[in-house]
Amino acid sequence: MSCGVLAIAEQVNGVFRKVTYEALSEGRVIADGLGCSLSVAVLGSGIKSNSESLGKYGAERILVADDAVLEEYMTDTYTNVIAGIVAKEKPCVIILGASSRGRDLAARLSARLDAPLAMDCIAVRLDAGNVVVTRPMYGGKILAEIMLEGEPRIIAIRPNSMKIAESQKTGAVEDIALDKGSTDLKFIEKKLDTGKVELTEADVVVSGGRGMGGPDYSVIEKLAGIFGGAVGASRSAVDEGWRPHADQVGQTGKVVSPNLYIACGISGAIQHLAGMSSSKVIVAINKDPEAPIFAKADYGIVGDLFEIVPLITEEIKKVKGL
Amino acid sequence: MEVIVLLKQVPSTESFVGISENGLSIKTDDVKWVINPYDEFAVEEALRVKEAHGGSGSVTILSVGSEKAVEAIRTALAMGADKGILISDSAAHNCDGLQTAKILAAAIKSLPFDLIIAGQRAVDGDNYMVGSAVAEFLNIPAVTMVMKETIADRKITCSRTVEGGMVVVEAPLPALITTQRGLNEPRYASLPGIMKAKKKPLEIKSLKDIGLDAAGTGAPKTKIISLKYPPERKGGRMIAGETAADKAKALVKALHEEAKIV
Repeated sequence: MSCGVLAIAEQVNGVFRKVTYEALSEGRVIADGLGCSLSVAVLGSGIKSNSESLGKYGAERILVADDAVLEEYMTDTYTNVIAGIVAKEKPCVIILGASSRGRDLAARLSARLDAPLAMDCIAVRLDAGNVVVTRPMYGGKILAEIMLEGEPRIIAIRPNSMKIAESQKTGAVEDIALDKGSTDLKFIEKKLDTGKVELTEADVVVSGGRGMGGPDYSVIEKLAGIFGGAVGASRSAVDEGWRPHADQVGQTGKVVSPNLYIACGISGAIQHLAGMSSSKVIVAINKDPEAPIFAKADYGIVGDLFEIVPLITEEIKKVKGL
Repeated sequence: MEVIVLLKQVPSTESFVGISENGLSIKTDDVKWVINPYDEFAVEEALRVKEAHGGSGSVTILSVGSEKAVEAIRTALAMGADKGILISDSAAHNCDGLQTAKILAAAIKSLPFDLIIAGQRAVDGDNYMVGSAVAEFLNIPAVTMVMKETIADRKITCSRTVEGGMVVVEAPLPALITTQRGLNEPRYASLPGIMKAKKKPLEIKSLKDIGLDAAGTGAPKTKIISLKYPPERKGGRMIAGETAADKAKALVKALHEEAKIV
């Protein structure tokens, strides 16, 4: 096939998100399967020097748009620039991370290009030249296999669901001509807590629910902290105002698939289970031995989380030699 | 202010979702249908925008779906929206996100609007796509995942959530925004509201009525080839122990030696 695979990188302050490496690694697998090349588009300001490192994840060409107008992600500017790259490169597959920015870009791009889009893909396979993706629907209660028809096929992958593989290839960096087109959106300001581990990208998530009894999540934060993990919350905890909306795990919040999910004081409502049951290992701690969460957990402990969680934290410190 | 809300009727998130025998769609017999939760925020925000602008203008609910979706539109009218339009057409069944966006955009072309509000996603297909695509087809700006908005001088300033925080963006009207949890607390329909809603205009239109034929929506570009349940998680084991300390120790031992993740 003469076409290529185009990955779209995502960076914050010059640092690539982990999902960028997942998109590149999966893009490499697709490109090899189709017998075509892999390029990556990197948009931003002052990002050129870091871009070369993307070759390590399989990109043969690293297409860099480095310009002050790309400092902040704005839907219209980024869509215009990517659409320009697509017009020139004519990729048959576009792959990017389904982060909040990636989803926003993918949706607009799909309409601009009249191109099929599958959001939050957790697996991709080639079937006689067709691209078939697996993606959750109904908040993860159902997995759908979707065939994408027409080009370019846009695949937005769910963070933490693809293997990252380094390759022997080195990529060549190319500057691309920038046409930002007409734009309406104006950046005003941003408030980012860059020290915070993103829930959807964390290897370990420790969540607290109604059993927390109030906004004091310090025992949860300490346990998450020793793993460098993230803190989550159930819908009832968020509804009580104990935690911000951004922390909500579940069908109406974020869907997470960490290596380890520790549910503390969470009974396991169906909409919460939908949001975390793709975690690799689940631990549940709850006072109620009948809590439905235990039916989904690999390990369960019946007891008072305020007593048990700090003890677990101490035990893990010992094992980790901290 | 003329505000349009894009609304979808979906199975309640508390419902079990079953796969029908053809393996390509879900069972709908026992499903409890509700307004998509993110669209409820959209209805509420539309009402607040109208109220903040002296109550002039109107809030129009626009939906694509089966005739059953009339219930969801009536609920939004009972919350206080002024009128409803349902595009219901056998040719619009099983539309993918792009096709749905084309239908919505075609319907909107004959309506006056300053602002369109949509849910960030519908919690059935979880596509995160229709709002942005409608904006693209109407050639207007969109700001997604909005937690807060203010309108002044024909401009809307939005705080949108991103990983690790918030970005504030300004767009000229007309514009489209999609909702994020935390934007507002949707009101319940009051009894007088429910009574009034019965008399509010609710039109059901076909694709032909909005000037579209099958060619206008195109063929679906995403096709479901199978649905299955995620691998069943079996309950594992309960960690026993005399004291809390014993249990903690046994758990960490299991995570370290069996699961090998600590």
